[in-house]
Amino acid sequence: MAEVEAVGTGTGGSPGTGTATGTGTGWRRPHGPLQRYYGPPAAEAAEAVPDPADINGPHFDPEVFLTKVRSECPLGQLLAREAALGREIRALDSDMQTLLYENYNKFISATDTIRKMKVDFRHMEAEMDDLAANMAAISTSSARVSAALQDRHRRSAQLAGVQALLRKLQSLVEVPGRLRRWTAPGADPVRALHCYARARAVLRHYRHLPSFRAIEDESHAIMADLAQRLRARLRDDTLEPKELTECVEMLLQLEEPPEELCEEFLSHAGARLETELAALEAELPPADPSGTAATPPPASDILDFVDRGSSAFVGNLCLLAASYRSLFEGRPGVGDGCLEAFAATLTTRYFELLERRLALERGLGDTSLLVRALDRFHRRLRALLELLPAAGAEAGAALVARAARERVARYLRALQTFFLGCLGDVRQALAAPRPPSKEGPGLPDLLATLASSVLGQLKAVLAYVQLFTAKDVAFASLPYFKGEFCVEAVREGLVVAFVRWLCRTAQGFADSPAERGAPAAPPALLLLLARLCLDYEATTISYILTLTDEQFPPEDTGPVVTPGPALCAEARGAAQRLLDHYVQVQGAAVAQMLRKSVETRDWLGTVEPRNVRAVMKRVVEDITAIDVQVGQLFEEGVRRAQSSDSSRRAFSVYSSSRAPGRYAPSYTPSAPMDTHLLSNIQKLFSERIDIFSPVEFNKVSVLTGIIKISLKTLLECVRLRTLGRFGLQQVQVDGYYLQLYLWRFAADERVVQGLLDEVAASAAHRCLDPVPMEHSVVELICERG
Amino acid sequence: ARALTPQTAETDAIRFLVGTQSLRYDNQIHIIDFDDENNIINKNVLLHQVGEIWHISASPADKGVLATCYNKTSDSKVMTCAAVWRMPKELESGSHESPDDSSSNTQTLELLCHLDNTTHGNMACVMWEPMGDGKKIISLADNNILLWDLQESSAKAVLSSSAALEGKGQLKFTSGRWSPHHNCTQIATANDTTVRGWDTRSMRQIYCIENAHGQLVRDLDFNPNKQYYLASCGDDCKVKFWDTRNVTEPVKTLEEHSHWVWNVRYNHSHDQLILTGSSDSRVILSNMVSISSEPFGHMVDDDELSDQEDQHQEEKYELSWPLQDSVIATYEEHEDSVYAVEWSSADPWLFASLSYDGRLVINRVPRALKYHILL
Repeated sequence: MAEVEAVGTGTGGSPGTGTATGTGTGWRRPHGPLQRYYGPPAAEAAEAVPDPADINGPHFDPEVFLTKVRSECPLGQLLAREAALGREIRALDSDMQTLLYENYNKFISATDTIRKMKVDFRHMEAEMDDLAANMAAISTSSARVSAALQDRHRRSAQLAGVQALLRKLQSLVEVPGRLRRWTAPGADPVRALHCYARARAVLRHYRHLPSFRAIEDESHAIMADLAQRLRARLRDDTLEPKELTECVEMLLQLEEPPEELCEEFLSHAGARLETELAALEAELPPADPSGTAATPPPASDILDFVDRGSSAFVGNLCLLAASYRSLFEGRPGVGDGCLEAFAATLTTRYFELLERRLALERGLGDTSLLVRALDRFHRRLRALLELLPAAGAEAGAALVARAARERVARYLRALQTFFLGCLGDVRQALAAPRPPSKEGPGLPDLLATLASSVLGQLKAVLAYVQLFTAKDVAFASLPYFKGEFCVEAVREGLVVAFVRWLCRTAQGFADSPAERGAPAAPPALLLLLARLCLDYEATTISYILTLTDEQFPPEDTGPVVTPGPALCAEARGAAQRLLDHYVQVQGAAVAQMLRKSVETRDWLGTVEPRNVRAVMKRVVEDITAIDVQVGQLFEEGVRRAQSSDSSRRAFSVYSSSRAPGRYAPSYTPSAPMDTHLLSNIQKLFSERIDIFSPVEFNKVSVLTGIIKISLKTLLECVRLRTLGRFGLQQVQVDGYYLQLYLWRFAADERVVQGLLDEVAASAAHRCLDPVPMEHSVVELICERG
Repeated sequence: ARALTPQTAETDAIRFLVGTQSLRYDNQIHIIDFDDENNIINKNVLLHQVGEIWHISASPADKGVLATCYNKTSDSKVMTCAAVWRMPKELESGSHESPDDSSSNTQTLELLCHLDNTTHGNMACVMWEPMGDGKKIISLADNNILLWDLQESSAKAVLSSSAALEGKGQLKFTSGRWSPHHNCTQIATANDTTVRGWDTRSMRQIYCIENAHGQLVRDLDFNPNKQYYLASCGDDCKVKFWDTRNVTEPVKTLEEHSHWVWNVRYNHSHDQLILTGSSDSRVILSNMVSISSEPFGHMVDDDELSDQEDQHQEEKYELSWPLQDSVIATYEEHEDSVYAVEWSSADPWLFASLSYDGRLVINRVPRALKYHILL
């Protein structure tokens, strides 16, 4: 700021017009000239060229100024200048005077003060000297006092040291006594140990002194005695685990070798655990390698067993492991190895026992109980595993998994037994003699009962099995139970296996050679099973699989599962097989009847037919019965279109087909092969009929199959006989009768008609005297019959 | 027509004998000659006036001798009899007459002897002792097995021994076969659903397959190379193969036909080839490699092959594997039930089948298979 001011004034010309650069600096103005006068800044002097003409500058030279003014200014200005200067000088003078007056008092008082100070200082100096002298006196007297007390102090300190030593010595001397007292049986050996531990170091240090040596020896002897007794106690079988731990702890403090102790500890604990295992084993019936002897049911249920096993054995093992850890942790030479090996052998034995106990659970029992038992076992085992990671984690999990699998397999067997039982019931219901007035339970009812009870049982089993994967069961979170168990054990092992087995069993009824001695299944049962399999194929299998997948969600990456369609195909195959077999059995029954009737009759010597043979009526009756039976379970099926008066038309074909001369008198001896030629040509245009061919799942197809089998049999049997005239006529009557009543059952009446035509033709061929009956007579007989 | 037999004693020419069945006309025996090279069939007709022929069999020793079972009808009574016949000398070895002549000069069979069955009932079939000298025959009549000795150059038949099947109901033999094994001392018979084996020396039953088939057993045949193996067929549409040492279970079962199987025949030299005829009008030729006497999956001996034939060997390998038990061919030429099938005695690759309408079909084993079996 001063600099700025200086520059401002430097450029200005007069002090009166000194430039004010800001309002903030206005207050300095009165002091400005003074300040400049008294303290010109060096910087200004250095840079500004000394201007002797500047009246306010420090280098003011009155001569130069005067000269300059005189030479430069005109007179008026000169005069004005002179006046201004005179004014200025006056102002300055007055200013100086004012300042002087103003500060005069201050000068005087300052002088007074200085004078007073001079006087005071002189006084103070003397006092300070006094003080120094006093202080010196004090220090000398204090030195004297302390010198006098030093000796006494030293002696008292010595005395205190001696006393402490003596006290220590006394306690040392007392050690054996105390030890003896505390180690006395029933006393407190723990305190003795503390005492000994304290004294031992000292004793060891001063053992070169005979008296201490004696003490040490004595206490050693006592402690050895104690150790001896502790060891003896350690071997005592009745020792509680806690006492055992204490015992071992004390022994360790006595610096007994840890390896040895560890061994002894384990063996003792092992003995205890063994007795517990033995107690568990005692509950099990003796191991029976042959497995034939019937074992009595176990006294207690599995939950109880596992409870006891886990609380006694697993708990103790945990305790043991924990105390072992705390005792021997960090001691050289005692690794975890022995403990783990020890625990592993024991757990293995425990697993064995449990396995045997589980094997006793033959029956289905209560699954929830089993699950709870397994759960408890698993939980306890996990607690143990946290302590002993190597104590057979896999073995335990495998045990649980095995038990679960075993149970599932048992359920499968139970399901199978149940199904067989149901089948037995159905068979009984079918076989039960019915009073003619009362209708027994119809086939549809039986089927519904069978299907619903089997399905219900399956659902119940699934619900039971689901307990294994319930959320609150600890082992359900094992990866095995999440993935493999769901898919492999339950879906494949239980559900799929059951459905497969069901199909196989059903098919077994068809495949097992009934003629080989076993009691043949009644045809109605075959029909029932066929329908059951068909229903399974249509709905039940997919339903069951969906249900299973819902209850046991399979993992995406899990093993390959059997797809539903494959099972459906199996079921369909079984159904087809059963139905075919049904057709064959029923067909064979009817065929057998026809064959016997044809074989046993004397066709040559028979009389003129008056009636339809009873066997034909029986055939029609049987087929009608079969029709009713099949109709209960299967749909009607498709028939080929037929004209309204089919029986009429069929007859006309029947009669016209033989008209060209099959057994008409026009039969010429010269051409015996002509008839065959004719029939051959006819056959060329008709379809080949497969007699034992697979049938479709509907009533018409089934009945067509049966009728085909029957009629073909009739044909072959007639061909083996030689007929007389009336024999032929009888065949004619029978054939017409069959045609009259059978066409309605068949899918394509042309099949029936064609076969009957062949029968008639063959009969004519096998006839010695082929004279057919008048057709009206045939009709009459049939309608009358 | 139901009766068909190869001319067993003939080993050069392919010749079959067919008996006709007609109630109202004279029955005939047709001698069918098949000329393999020119593919021509020659037919000679012999009259058989006594009745319709139900069964025919040719002597294994004498080309000219054959036996028939025929129906004799007399007023309201039908009796099945059996007789041994000799055909005219010139026809014995198949003189090649022109076909148009044959109808004009039908010759008659010379009767050698009757097998007297008045006390035994209807004859079901006549079997010659295989490998024998044509002196022993066995006939089955109702429930009797009759063993005859032909004496005085077959002019006289003497009943040497017989056995009867006793049991509930009316038992009737349906067919039988004489085993070529065990020095020709065994035969097998079928009645109803049962197959029985007999010892011809003691005329005692030696084994019995109860319920061999679900329904009537129609025919039997012995494996010509494996002595205990027997094939049977019946009304349950099945063909079953048995080991007669263990009769509880069949060794193998075929279910190819859709109606009664009337006839089953082993090929005389390659016993994996099985021929069956059925009333579903089909003839089925099956290849039962697994139970044949030939080694299964026949392999070529390495030593016999030099290196350059390696490729050849591989081809054979490929060929030999697909040869599992399988149906080789189904012949559907017949329009009516096939009642008889027979292999030719001269050519092991040729067989004939006969159906009800009188059609005789001669077929060959497929060439590829033939070469495969041979090579």
